[in-house]
Amino acid sequence: MVPTEINGEEVIPFQGVGKHKPTGRKYAPPIPTAIDYPDDGNKVIGTLKEALQKCGLKDGMTISTHHHLRNGDLVSNTIFDAAAEMGVKDLVWFPSASFPCHEPVIKYLEDGTVNRIEGSMNGPLGKFVSQGKMKGTAVLRSHGGRVQAIQDGEVKIDIAVLAAPSSDFFGNGNASSGPSACGVLGYATTDFMYADKVIVVTDNLVDFPNMPMEIQGNYVDFVVVIDKIGIPEKIVSGTTQITKSPDRLLIAELTAQFLQESEILKDGCYMQAGAGGTSLAIGHYIHQILKEKGWKSKLGFGGSTKYMVQMLEEGTMEHIMDAQAFDLDAVASIANNKNHHQFPVFNAYNHHSKGNLTSMMDIMILGATEVDVNFNGNVATHSDGYLLHGIGGWQNCLHAKNVILPIPLFRDRIPVIKDEVTTICGPGEMIDIIVTERGIAINPRRTDLIEKMKNSSLPVKTIEELKAEAEAICGPSQKPTISDEVVAAIKWVDGTVIDVVRKVID
Amino acid sequence: MSPKIATAGNTGKKIRSDCFVTLELKDKGGIQIEQKSKVEVLYGKANIELCKDVLSFYGIENAQLTLDDKGAVSLIIAARIEAVVKQLIDTDKEYLLDFIEENKYFSEKDQLRFSRLYLPGNSPSMMLNAGIHDPNGIILDLEDSVAFDRKKEAQLVVRNALRGINFYGAERMVRINQFPMGLEDLKYLVPHNVHMLLVPKCEGAEQIKELEEKIVEIQKQHNIERPVLLMPIIESALGVEKSFEIATSSENVVALAIGLEDYTADLGTRRTNEAIESFYARTRIVNACKAASIQAIDSVFSDVGDMDALRENVKVSKGLGFEGMGCIHPRQIKVIHESFAPETVEIEKAKKIVNAFIDATERGLGVVSLGTKMIDPPVVKRAETTINLAINLGLISENWREDFLNEQAS
Amino acid sequence: MGKKYANLVKNAVGRMVPTEVNGQTQVPFQGVGKHKPNARKYEPKISSCADFPEDGNKQVASLKEALIKAGLKDGMTITTHHHFRNGDLVANQIFDIAKELGVKGLRWVPSASFPCHEHLIQYLEDGTIHHIEGSMNGPLGRYASYGKMKGMGVLRSHGGRYQAIQDGELHIDITVIGAACADMFGNANGLFGPSASGLLGFALADSQYADKVIVVTDNMVPFPCSPWQIQGNYVDYTVQIDQVGVPEKIISGTTQITKSPDRLLLAEMTAQLCLEAGIIKDGFSFQSGAGGTSLAVGDYFAKIMREKNIKARFARGGSNKYLVDMLNEGLIEYILDGQTFDLDGVKSMGENPNHVWTSPFTSYNYHGKGNFAGLVDVVILGATEVDVNFNANVVTHSDGLLLHGIGGWQNCLFSKTVVLPIPLFRDRIPVILDEVTTLCGPGELIDVIVTERGIAINPKRKDLIEKLKDSNLPIKTIQELKEEAEKICGKPAKPEFDDELVAVIKWVDGTIIDSVKKVKS
Repeated sequence: MVPTEINGEEVIPFQGVGKHKPTGRKYAPPIPTAIDYPDDGNKVIGTLKEALQKCGLKDGMTISTHHHLRNGDLVSNTIFDAAAEMGVKDLVWFPSASFPCHEPVIKYLEDGTVNRIEGSMNGPLGKFVSQGKMKGTAVLRSHGGRVQAIQDGEVKIDIAVLAAPSSDFFGNGNASSGPSACGVLGYATTDFMYADKVIVVTDNLVDFPNMPMEIQGNYVDFVVVIDKIGIPEKIVSGTTQITKSPDRLLIAELTAQFLQESEILKDGCYMQAGAGGTSLAIGHYIHQILKEKGWKSKLGFGGSTKYMVQMLEEGTMEHIMDAQAFDLDAVASIANNKNHHQFPVFNAYNHHSKGNLTSMMDIMILGATEVDVNFNGNVATHSDGYLLHGIGGWQNCLHAKNVILPIPLFRDRIPVIKDEVTTICGPGEMIDIIVTERGIAINPRRTDLIEKMKNSSLPVKTIEELKAEAEAICGPSQKPTISDEVVAAIKWVDGTVIDVVRKVID
Repeated sequence: MSPKIATAGNTGKKIRSDCFVTLELKDKGGIQIEQKSKVEVLYGKANIELCKDVLSFYGIENAQLTLDDKGAVSLIIAARIEAVVKQLIDTDKEYLLDFIEENKYFSEKDQLRFSRLYLPGNSPSMMLNAGIHDPNGIILDLEDSVAFDRKKEAQLVVRNALRGINFYGAERMVRINQFPMGLEDLKYLVPHNVHMLLVPKCEGAEQIKELEEKIVEIQKQHNIERPVLLMPIIESALGVEKSFEIATSSENVVALAIGLEDYTADLGTRRTNEAIESFYARTRIVNACKAASIQAIDSVFSDVGDMDALRENVKVSKGLGFEGMGCIHPRQIKVIHESFAPETVEIEKAKKIVNAFIDATERGLGVVSLGTKMIDPPVVKRAETTINLAINLGLISENWREDFLNEQAS
Repeated sequence: MGKKYANLVKNAVGRMVPTEVNGQTQVPFQGVGKHKPNARKYEPKISSCADFPEDGNKQVASLKEALIKAGLKDGMTITTHHHFRNGDLVANQIFDIAKELGVKGLRWVPSASFPCHEHLIQYLEDGTIHHIEGSMNGPLGRYASYGKMKGMGVLRSHGGRYQAIQDGELHIDITVIGAACADMFGNANGLFGPSASGLLGFALADSQYADKVIVVTDNMVPFPCSPWQIQGNYVDYTVQIDQVGVPEKIISGTTQITKSPDRLLLAEMTAQLCLEAGIIKDGFSFQSGAGGTSLAVGDYFAKIMREKNIKARFARGGSNKYLVDMLNEGLIEYILDGQTFDLDGVKSMGENPNHVWTSPFTSYNYHGKGNFAGLVDVVILGATEVDVNFNANVVTHSDGLLLHGIGGWQNCLFSKTVVLPIPLFRDRIPVILDEVTTLCGPGELIDVIVTERGIAINPKRKDLIEKLKDSNLPIKTIQELKEEAEKICGKPAKPEFDDELVAVIKWVDGTIIDSVKKVKS
């Protein structure tokens, strides 16, 4: 059951995959004129507060930020510090993701400075929402869904505050240099293109022209220079590490082997693997197979890590298309390797586009907190009902040709395969393979894969068998107590509402 | 029967700032003018008026005139029409446009002649902007750059150019033809404030005498007193041998130039970049000029694309004692000026010497000395020449000594 | 398309301009920096991935098929870019197909047209094309000048074209983007392949705002075509054809500095002026075109910079061998480039990360939050005419014929110092007049006129006049220069025009700054 009105605006319930077709037009931001901007191009202004004032910050406005500084972000909280100082109320914060470092925003949710957050919520904020403490209803979108919502005018950004590891006075920004270098700024693209006002915040003001201009100064109203925009060690890991857990390594090995036997892994394939320990391990095994066979992956889709960069450098991968860099090797590679491309989510994920990259991917390795016997997946809530994760690009990536979820059968006694997921984030028809340490389930819709694997020595089982196996080990679990009150809506890639999250009762 | 149709001028795709005129005399039908002009919208009417005026000046009442105009200014169109008229009717009358005020200046016997820019006498397009490149002199050439059958129309173009084109202070020179045609050229030049005549293939003093007699005759007709200066060009073995005689043939001969293409041909050898074959001729001419207290001017450097080679060439020339050189491309001018100009160390040294000389004179000393060194009079003279040249070239101010003394004091 | 034009009014520079053109209401020029848009950008239709092939393959068999699928019909607006310059083989084909399909009344909006598009005159005659809105060069300009085109010509600067598309003033039904290199998804660039011309910036607005986008290439590469100067996410169909351009007509093998002594002198004076005015200094920026004189100016800049050990922070293209040499020598740090004029330019853009491709959006769009052109310290531009009020013309000749486009000229006028090195006269035609035939740029934006016979500084630029007061350069008033030209050439007659208008000139903000009258034939 999903509502048809959220935060006072009408919404469309999920219609099925590929069913809802937009008939409207894209959002039309106001036309600016060069007359209103300084002739010498210098848009630097004293403080963020001053910039917010000049942008006309007032009650009820929507403020957007990107999450490239991850858990080291020092900018977002200060926006609301300034807003609180100014006595502005009922703001909507629209981050591309939030992190534990944003816990200070809770006090502004409590005192009414911020009405609600529309964006992926991690950790403390998710918990706050789950407990029904936020005034407005949270809206969770995938990365592509966020682009779609902005582009389609579903979310109108009044002010985008975009942290940039380097910027010139005109507002051309990028992430390849400066103390907070994080590689790319792809999550900010749609924000600056469509926001009414754009503020760039940097701790590294460089001479014009700052190249490459990932943030185009032609969209920027003000540039603010502060001491520090981020804590480097919390932005990117010095280096990402392959898991050392024997169970996860087993899952990774099974996954790689499955990909090889099913011939999904082939010369010239397009692949994506995340930055989690298991995903990295899968990447590593795939790399070995490619080398052995003398094959090449045509392109790898980031977030990138040193392992993917290694493939690029060793020639087992021709291109990396990257929306975020997870470690320092990846940041360096983006700056130096011309086959390592910055690829904004705008191009990669937006469903309201003339096609996008996700549907072209051969191999898509994703995670999930839960899956059910119909292969529906959940990434936002835990089985106890708490909203603790964002959707990220997960929904968007489900459009790949082969979606594989390597997941443990249970985590600390909590089974991962259920009769029904707590929150449906992705419809089962788009999820093809579940790989667990105790067996591999192929979606019955994929008769081609079932046929190919029929003589395999791999432990191919049905999903029901896997579920039963988990329950046999963990024992049946009780249902969490959840109220009827809706605290968050989960949007599908086309802007429709696929599910809601309800208040948890402790 | 005399011819009825005549043409003059140039046409074709590459021709600019010129025109081609065809005139056919008729027995009746009045004046018919057909114009095809690039600038018809802006100057079409003015052109027609001019055509009519020239024809009526010569009393022509029935004719077909075709003007194919590529943006020629009035004085060129007028010269072209006069040229066709004079092919068809016998007349001495000259159709003269105003002699512009800016052209009423004169040149001096010993003025600077580092550069002189050759301008083919029948190619108006190069003339209009010649002066802006700031050569010391421009040479309107009636000799080798004009085809034999175009000599007459070139005379008219050159005459009109002398009257109406502003050369911005450059010395106004004309290279006349070899005699006897060269003597015929004079009446188009002498009355029109030509400053200097270049006399080609000069081989003896008698040529200069013959020329001057003719010049004086024309000057008398026009009440002109100021003499026309002469620069004979030595272009043969005989000329080289006679160079001193030529240099001293008239007080109006202010310089000798050497023409190496013809000279090397005369020797039966080829002109090389090293120029060993002409070494004798060049030093001989320099010597003759210095003996006659006139300027020695070098031949042109023909590779217009190679400025470095030109610079080298000027250095050698300057080293031999030459004081100027011909140019066939405006871009050569600056390089030639820079290379003939005294170098900074040269000027600084000259300042010290001249200063010591003035100092000694003021104190009534007969001997000039710099430090512990005695300075000979010729050294002083050379230093004075250098200083004067530097002042002329704007390299130092006329009051250089004030600054010099201030510097010394501090 | 409505009336060709109607309702003449006098605009802020005293020119009579229509307030209705081709059925659309127009705003007369209000003065520099006066007209502010009070509207929103154009809102293109939202598309859905559900309507596009999952494997990303948007390739169709032929341009004709693509045009049919894109719904080509009577009265539509078709746009193209001009990166193939006089070697373009795409635009003519579009209208050959339209003719074959019997479609009528099209509006063609190229970012510029070239003599190779003379082929299209037949379609203007037979009604396939109703009119052209775009810079017209040569034969098409001549055709329009004589009043033969059914609709009004509308000339815009490169930035003005972006502005018009962005603001929805110019709605595009179908854009056909010829690309030197593309993939089946529609990612495209101008860097690689036989028709390489460097970039595709002039097609950017078209790709973002057109209803349907067709990418045509003769060099289809495996996905991903990188860099994607045109983003496949905006593209509906891709087409492979034999040849999109004639390489030797797209770019010169190498551009050459002028050999004309007069132009070299102009260039030298211009560089000297910039030096004496204190413009050439460490960290400065400049833009100088690819014409012979402009190249020479750049070359003299290089000489000065080498001598004085000065480095420029950036130079704006169009790039060429000489600019690339300066980049490689370290005399300039960045080239921000809108188009490449020779093979060295193309190669450098493909290889040197400091040789950056830009678009009319970043460089020129006046309806942006500032643009790059305004940040350039000195820009060297040309003009067909200038008047005693420093107003300038780049589109018509003094005889009234419309023979050139505006290009980025108007946009560049916003640079800090605008210098126009121009001869005092060309083939007897004086360049400085009492009043320009067509006013393309207001005098208040033009700072210095350099001619071979003297330099005129706009009286508004007191700072420059002060800086150059002891200069040896021949500083004169513009009036003096005008008189000098007239003395040499004679005073020109006023050309006669028909009262009928054939084209309007847009200012960078979308208002009409002047109109072009029909030439009496």
